Amino acid sequence: MATRSIPRTDLGASHEGFLRHRRFLWLKVALILSLLALLGYALIDVQPRPNGGSAYGYALGTVAVLLILWLTLLGVRKRAMTRGRWSLKAWTSAHVYLGLSLVVVATLHTGFQFGWNVHTFAYALMILVIASGVYGIVAYARLPRQLGASRSDMTRPQMIDALVKLDRQLATAAQPLGHEEARIVQSSLDENAFGGGLWRRLSGRHSRCRTARALAEARRRLAVATGDRAQALEAVAALLERKAAALARLRGHLRIKALLEIWLYVHVPITFALLAALAAHIVSVFFYW
Amino acid sequence: MSFLIRTVSHSAEGREIVRTRRVEGERLTVGRDPACEIHLTDLAVALRHVTVERDPGRLRVAVEPGLSVELNGRKASVGTLELATGGDIVLGGHTLRFMPTAAGSDEIAVAVERTGEGEAKLDKSAERLFSLASVLPGKRGLAWLLALLVLAIGLAWPIKAYYDRRERAETFAKFHADEIWSSGSLSSAHAGLKGNCTACHVEPFEAVRDTACKTCHTKVHDHSNPYRLARARPDLGRWRRIELAFKEKFDIPPGRCVECHTEHEGPQAMPATAQRFCADCHGDLKSKLPDTKLPNAGDFGRSHPSFSPVVIAGWSGDRPQLQRLSLAARPREDSGLKFPHDLHLSGTGGVAQMARRLGGPYGFGQKLECKDCHDPTPDGARFQPVDMEQDCAMCHDLAFDRSGGTTRTLRHGEPAQVVAELLDFYRGRGAARPAVLAPAARRRPGDAPDLRNRIRFERGPGSADRAIRIIFSPGGACFDCHRVESPPDGGGSLNFRIRPVAFPIRYLHKGWFDHRPHATQSCSSCHSAERSGAASDLLIPDVTSCRTCHGGEGSSKPVPSSCAMCHDYHMDAGAPSMLIRQKVKGKRSDRRVAEARR
Repeated sequence: MATRSIPRTDLGASHEGFLRHRRFLWLKVALILSLLALLGYALIDVQPRPNGGSAYGYALGTVAVLLILWLTLLGVRKRAMTRGRWSLKAWTSAHVYLGLSLVVVATLHTGFQFGWNVHTFAYALMILVIASGVYGIVAYARLPRQLGASRSDMTRPQMIDALVKLDRQLATAAQPLGHEEARIVQSSLDENAFGGGLWRRLSGRHSRCRTARALAEARRRLAVATGDRAQALEAVAALLERKAAALARLRGHLRIKALLEIWLYVHVPITFALLAALAAHIVSVFFYW
Repeated sequence: MSFLIRTVSHSAEGREIVRTRRVEGERLTVGRDPACEIHLTDLAVALRHVTVERDPGRLRVAVEPGLSVELNGRKASVGTLELATGGDIVLGGHTLRFMPTAAGSDEIAVAVERTGEGEAKLDKSAERLFSLASVLPGKRGLAWLLALLVLAIGLAWPIKAYYDRRERAETFAKFHADEIWSSGSLSSAHAGLKGNCTACHVEPFEAVRDTACKTCHTKVHDHSNPYRLARARPDLGRWRRIELAFKEKFDIPPGRCVECHTEHEGPQAMPATAQRFCADCHGDLKSKLPDTKLPNAGDFGRSHPSFSPVVIAGWSGDRPQLQRLSLAARPREDSGLKFPHDLHLSGTGGVAQMARRLGGPYGFGQKLECKDCHDPTPDGARFQPVDMEQDCAMCHDLAFDRSGGTTRTLRHGEPAQVVAELLDFYRGRGAARPAVLAPAARRRPGDAPDLRNRIRFERGPGSADRAIRIIFSPGGACFDCHRVESPPDGGGSLNFRIRPVAFPIRYLHKGWFDHRPHATQSCSSCHSAERSGAASDLLIPDVTSCRTCHGGEGSSKPVPSSCAMCHDYHMDAGAPSMLIRQKVKGKRSDRRVAEARR
């Protein structure tokens, strides 16, 4: 198979990300669009004050809604990767920069008139979507490196495997223990490493981790134990320690992955809420023309 | 006596694997201890958890102190199982199922099965566990849910509210969901319509029509005949034409009230009409409407025509003929009065001397001022017509006799009465007493002795006729101020008549002028009364005088003045709405005039 020659940049990177795509072409396009919108806003004297219902307001609104519809189409487009000028990368680049220019276009469309109404609601949703998108760009630029580091050269199945093996060893090592102590170990075994809600995933804080508690309890009992029991407890404590380390690694990984994914849970559903709010905005404006 | 223990486990494919062994004896111990008859490697199970002992016909179950099992589904620490029916003991993740056994049977079958969670809780292939999808609802479901929620609240609910309003005339104090569609507060003038959306938005998808406005605004003038208005419009630019095409497409009639009276722009008053709005048509009206009587008018500082006040151009019998005449033609006014302003306002001469002499009680200074004779209307905007008794009589009194402590005065405004009084004075009394005050000629300061001599000379039989004729003749009290009509029936009659006198209160009817804001200026800075020698001089200042301070909308003069400062689009007779609004907002104070006059 013939290898395609890849132009290298000064940085020596063989990869040109969607942000720098074609020397920031879409950044330039977005800047020009924003400047034109600002220029029109400054030059056209709308009486008594700028508003979305003036001729210029309608023009900005039309541009904004077309942009939003096109930006939404990335969801469809991304399911088909292609190369070239209209590659998915080009689309993503345009998606990012044109989406940012929407802040200018749509804000000027409002004429800075905000209130507790369906129109400002749609605007707020749009800003939320754009903000989550901005977060997404930052996350994609910074987090994947951390995500790799957090695995410490293990694959995800290996991480699970390690936990499973530790659990098995724990179950065996705990056999000689009395009922109370066996229960403590069992509580660690019963703990779901992937459990906990969204907040635990994002914060990475597991203050009620049962393995950590079991470890503390085992150490406390070990201090006063003697004989065979002390031997068994020591083995269990060592295993629990290893399990706690494995859990921490897994949870750190989960946290970064959650931070990497969370924005899409805002970006995508709110986009659809935004489309609905836009429909309400547009229909209401003409219903009560 | 034995127990037949069948340990049941499952292969990865779910196949059942059963291992059977026999335990001899009456007792069965169950626990994690390898020494137990049933050894369970379940950490939830104690080392020696429970003992099952055979009793004739039943099994006695004894749990270690402090522990418990589930005995036939019920938590228990001690109990029995009937051999005939069998039963379950659940401990930890395991179930011991004792099979029904005949009373005489030697062997009791026990099935041991792990029923709790499987050992491998973590499935290595479960990549999904690493994703947020495992702790959050799906994006797609969330998207649908939110979208439908927004549509229901933001669209369906308000539309329902609209039809609710139409179906039943509901009070608008109640909240209606269509209010969440309001893009901003109504103007302060329409604040009362808050929440009453259908007052203006009558039909769905139909832009607000003037008919909705006219439900309340029944008395608003049209600016002009709509056809002439349409003809006067300037040629449409490209953008206006595109806009008009759009409006035509969507059935929005041009020139609706709401085009100027925009709403939902916040609780503000309507801003003053921009000069361009007027000048677009009026700047070049003659070319669009050749037959118009209106001169072209644009920027006040540069292209405003001379004022055309309404003046008394003449008389038809006793009725004044009013006419709008341009000040450019230097019109003269025929009020019927003779009055030299210059003489009265002079700082020297008899008038000033008399003012100084009478002084105090009348508030005169070193000379007469405008305010000594002219009184403002109660609103302060204009001046009242001069009244002889109020404004002239302090000097020009008509006393002719003193009877005891009473002064007799000729009746002003009733010439027939004057004749009768004087006839009576001369004839009825016989010998007349010398008059102290002048009865005949208009008294001028300093000429009293002369008058007195004349009256003495003229007194005698037949002197009444002569005195009356003198009053109505040049130099007489009436003649000096009024136009006198000689008796129609010839020389013998004393039937003199005085021509009526009239003053317009308001000269400028098409524009608004208010004296109050101009109180900082002296009267003479606009009205050149000090140089006027005749009452027919029209002392209304022309546009050049106003331009000293007022310029057009964008002017650098002290008072930039758009058309709206003096004119209203809807031709109201009162003050323009712009001034009223400024006053309501406290930006304009008219108290200055009162202070200045004090």
